[in-house]
Amino acid sequence: MSEEQLARLREILAAHEGKRGSLIPILQDVQSALGYLPEAAMPHIARHTGVSAGQVYGVAGFFAQFHLKPRGRKVVSVCKGTACHVQGATRVMERLEEHLGIKEGETTPDGEYTLESVACVGCCALAPCVVVNNDDVHGRLDPHAAVAVLAKDK
Amino acid sequence: MTTRRFLISRGTCCVSAGADRVADALETELRKVGLGGIQVKRVGCPGFSQLDPVVIVEPEGLLYAEVRPEDAPELAKSLTPGGQPVERLFYRRNGEAVPRFADIPYYRRQDRVLMKNCGTVNPESVEDYVEVGGYAALRKVLTGLTQVEVVEEVKRSGLRGLGGAGFATGRKWESCLRAKGEHKFVICNGDEGDPGAFVDRSLLEGDPHSVLEGMAIAGYAVGASTGYIYVRAEYPLAVRRLRMAIEQARDFGFLGENILGTGFTFNLQIFQGAGAFVCGESTALTQSIEGYRGMPRPLPRPRTTEAGLNASPTVLNNVKTFAAIRWIINEGAAWFAARGTARSKGTALFSLTGKVANCGLIEVPMGATLREVVCEIGGGVPGGKPIKAIQTGGPSGGCLPANLLDTPVDFDSLAAVGSMMGSGGMVVMDEETCMVDIARYFMDFCKKESCGQCPLCRLGTVQMLSTLTAITEGRGKAGDIDLLLELSEAVARGSICGLGQSAPNPVLSTIRHFRDEYEAHINERACPARVCKALISYYISPERCVGCGLCSKECPVDAIRGERRQIHVIDQDRCTRCGLCVNACPERFAAVERQPGQVPANA
Repeated sequence: MSEEQLARLREILAAHEGKRGSLIPILQDVQSALGYLPEAAMPHIARHTGVSAGQVYGVAGFFAQFHLKPRGRKVVSVCKGTACHVQGATRVMERLEEHLGIKEGETTPDGEYTLESVACVGCCALAPCVVVNNDDVHGRLDPHAAVAVLAKDK
Repeated sequence: MTTRRFLISRGTCCVSAGADRVADALETELRKVGLGGIQVKRVGCPGFSQLDPVVIVEPEGLLYAEVRPEDAPELAKSLTPGGQPVERLFYRRNGEAVPRFADIPYYRRQDRVLMKNCGTVNPESVEDYVEVGGYAALRKVLTGLTQVEVVEEVKRSGLRGLGGAGFATGRKWESCLRAKGEHKFVICNGDEGDPGAFVDRSLLEGDPHSVLEGMAIAGYAVGASTGYIYVRAEYPLAVRRLRMAIEQARDFGFLGENILGTGFTFNLQIFQGAGAFVCGESTALTQSIEGYRGMPRPLPRPRTTEAGLNASPTVLNNVKTFAAIRWIINEGAAWFAARGTARSKGTALFSLTGKVANCGLIEVPMGATLREVVCEIGGGVPGGKPIKAIQTGGPSGGCLPANLLDTPVDFDSLAAVGSMMGSGGMVVMDEETCMVDIARYFMDFCKKESCGQCPLCRLGTVQMLSTLTAITEGRGKAGDIDLLLELSEAVARGSICGLGQSAPNPVLSTIRHFRDEYEAHINERACPARVCKALISYYISPERCVGCGLCSKECPVDAIRGERRQIHVIDQDRCTRCGLCVNACPERFAAVERQPGQVPANA
């Protein structure tokens, strides 16, 4: 980790009580500050919460939200909820994979895009939909329109 | 009389459909025509998601659908003296305009209790909530009722947990009240992980205070001073609204120390789920708040009401259940219990989605039939096409065929036909939805979400998925259906939590009601719904092909042969079944057909 990352990590730890119950909120804050959970951060988090680094790693690995590798600047999540599934989410995903030249779960070599699926964002009336960076929902897409979403984002 | 103003909905769906831009444009345009004093009030989602973004004009109650920022000047002008309503933006049913919100059949046939405030109250303003009677129930409880009286009232209402399991809420509270413990907790389960369900999200976004009020009442009733709201991290807007609501409620003395001067203390915190469906299970949820992997506790385990979070007595209810509490306290248990059936009281809330004309949130009395929900309110499948199946309960529920449309929507009736209430997802499927593919889809979900501690869930879901995948890929074998039934029983019986116990339900219900579709996949190598790529083929009808060549230009693998103005033919060995040729063929010819099974060799 860089000095800067380490400083951010210390700030986050200082803001949380040193107890096991703080573990998930700490991991969430670290990920939102650094974009992912660097392995080198685990021992620091472990010391602060009083558990072993292995246990921290175990919790980080359990939940879908946590990422142990850096991700792209833009995280494109294709919703795979039931409504999206029956309205063609699979074809949207296939088209985006083809367009970005990566598979679901991968990041483009330039670090620009990560392509993921999400279980359901709850915008079923807009199915099928794609979310950019967890907040920006684009709905009623077909495979062509999904590619256009990325173009608009540039 | 209500003052003149615009209401604009701001749920996640509405915002992604452009509601914020419309609201800003309306304000600008109102100022331009000298009506800057007219308010553009931001409210929660009124639930008819299909029409988003929606603008409502008060006091007339006019509803404008699918409004774009470009429409703002016209809407602003309509409020000027002599201005006329903007007819082209009215909602239309069968071509006929329905100007008033209250006349739209989608709303007229509902019974909106829990969702009453969604679409009328500003979820970012506690004053607004108080104006419509908010926190009156909390005041009533704190100043006039004993803990036992509150519990008894909830018991009398017949309210059952609306998260899906349907456990009697009053009995749960009673058990927690009686449990001994220095600290007790109240937890709201907003980990709405079922794909296809968004009722909890809409309530949290549209009327967060009603949930907080229900939780504070629960805290008083059972003797808890701390509460957690467990929300999915995928719901950022709900989290923001909740944060704001908690802060405002604290400022107004509805939460925190010495609430309303009665000495009662109740502090609320938000806990953001980290993405694990299994955390919908109560012991997994409390484990994750404690900082552990979200794994259900092994059996035998104490009840959560006796030893839940930090081994303390804990009441854990769903968002909808807490939202119902204020109504029971304000209007009385009898008022609440007057709705519904003998064993399921109150209302049922669904997010109606899939192949349905009117997508959105729906609240009906328990016991309304699926037909009323899907056909009368939902408007059936777009284009009047037949309904094939209705899925409720997500990955834990089942698919019911159209001949069960008269099944009442309540806990027991749905369970009796192999489905369940679930937490609110209702997905409509038409003839173009493959039931084997749907079963495979849900099994894939359960396989990924299995926490892995019970071998039969961890391995059984993998085995079931691989069998289902083989069937959808044309590698199905005789005996696969029996194998799936056998595995279903093993997985259900060998799992300690609801995830594993109910994971086989989508498979069981589709085999029970759509066995012929499985058989067609296995025996005839054909997908009747024309979904499974390996079991369909594309074919150009020689009668309709005019040889325009558009399909062959579009084909990415050069599988279509034919001279200009001659009938074209698809080389089945080359074809990858991407389907682009169907879209390429002009509608007036519609010569490219998607067929179940393989095209006969001589075609």
